[in-house]
Amino acid sequence: MRFGVVVFPGSNCDHDCFYVLEHVLGQQVSYVWHGDTDVSGYDCLVLPGGFSYGDYLRTGAVARFSPVMGAIERFANAGGYVIGICNGFQILLEAGLLPGAMMRNTGLKFICRFVDIRVETSSTPWTSSASVGQVLSAPIAHNEGNYQVDTMQLEEMKRHGQVVFRYCSPEGSVLPEFNPNGATEAIAGVCSIEGNVLGMMPHPERASEAEMGSEDGLVVWRSLLTHCGVNV
Amino acid sequence: MARARVYITLKEGISDPQGKTVLRALKSLGYDEVADLRVGKYMELELDGEDKGKLESRLGEMSEKLLANPIIEDYRMEVEV
Repeated sequence: MRFGVVVFPGSNCDHDCFYVLEHVLGQQVSYVWHGDTDVSGYDCLVLPGGFSYGDYLRTGAVARFSPVMGAIERFANAGGYVIGICNGFQILLEAGLLPGAMMRNTGLKFICRFVDIRVETSSTPWTSSASVGQVLSAPIAHNEGNYQVDTMQLEEMKRHGQVVFRYCSPEGSVLPEFNPNGATEAIAGVCSIEGNVLGMMPHPERASEAEMGSEDGLVVWRSLLTHCGVNV
Repeated sequence: MARARVYITLKEGISDPQGKTVLRALKSLGYDEVADLRVGKYMELELDGEDKGKLESRLGEMSEKLLANPIIEDYRMEVEV
């Protein structure tokens, strides 16, 4: 598969994503500059973590108007695969490609540590190789991960199977003490109705090699590759 | 040249972790009369143009598109020509 890792001013997980896709998974990867307006030729676009435009105004609010975003919106609406990780997730929310909005963590602290997340659906391209209830260990590193969505929208999302990951205990129980940031219903990741766009706060690219402390993030990449008919 | 002010506040029902922390800090300083506190954003703009109606409609557009996130925030504006 051909992956494009989008680089905004202030992205800082772009190299990690590139490394995992190329060296760990053996895929073709290029960087896509935020000023580019052509994303044809890619199968999947990755919006990496970081602090695009210094997180000024709101996280992702300025990056959302980068020239490349128009092309990404058309790509996503045409069924192209798009994953936003951490700041990338925040940008997808601001762009309206995913429902909801991000607020500051309830504890007002930047949180950088491993968390456990539970796979809520295996019906998305991103979790097709995982099982429902499977617990993944992956790091979060954010100040604004407090996912907010109104009740009506949330009910609609649940009907469409758009809640993909929830923060949980190591055994897979969703309990308030395992919700690191106050996110509505402990939501850690959501997808579009069609499932081709995924946003998640934990970093699968930082949990894709045993020596990094966890390989659980690989299931996200491998699910997509398998879904697209690539042998992994 | 016109001057404008935009006030951005969190929508009712959206929890405000910053506001709650400031509220607790005021209470710990002994200001027990503070019943609630919410933190918002205030912006000052200088705008070219004299037509108040047009400037307001443009500023409303700017607020909805970029300055505020309509999912979690409300805005209010004042334009002086």
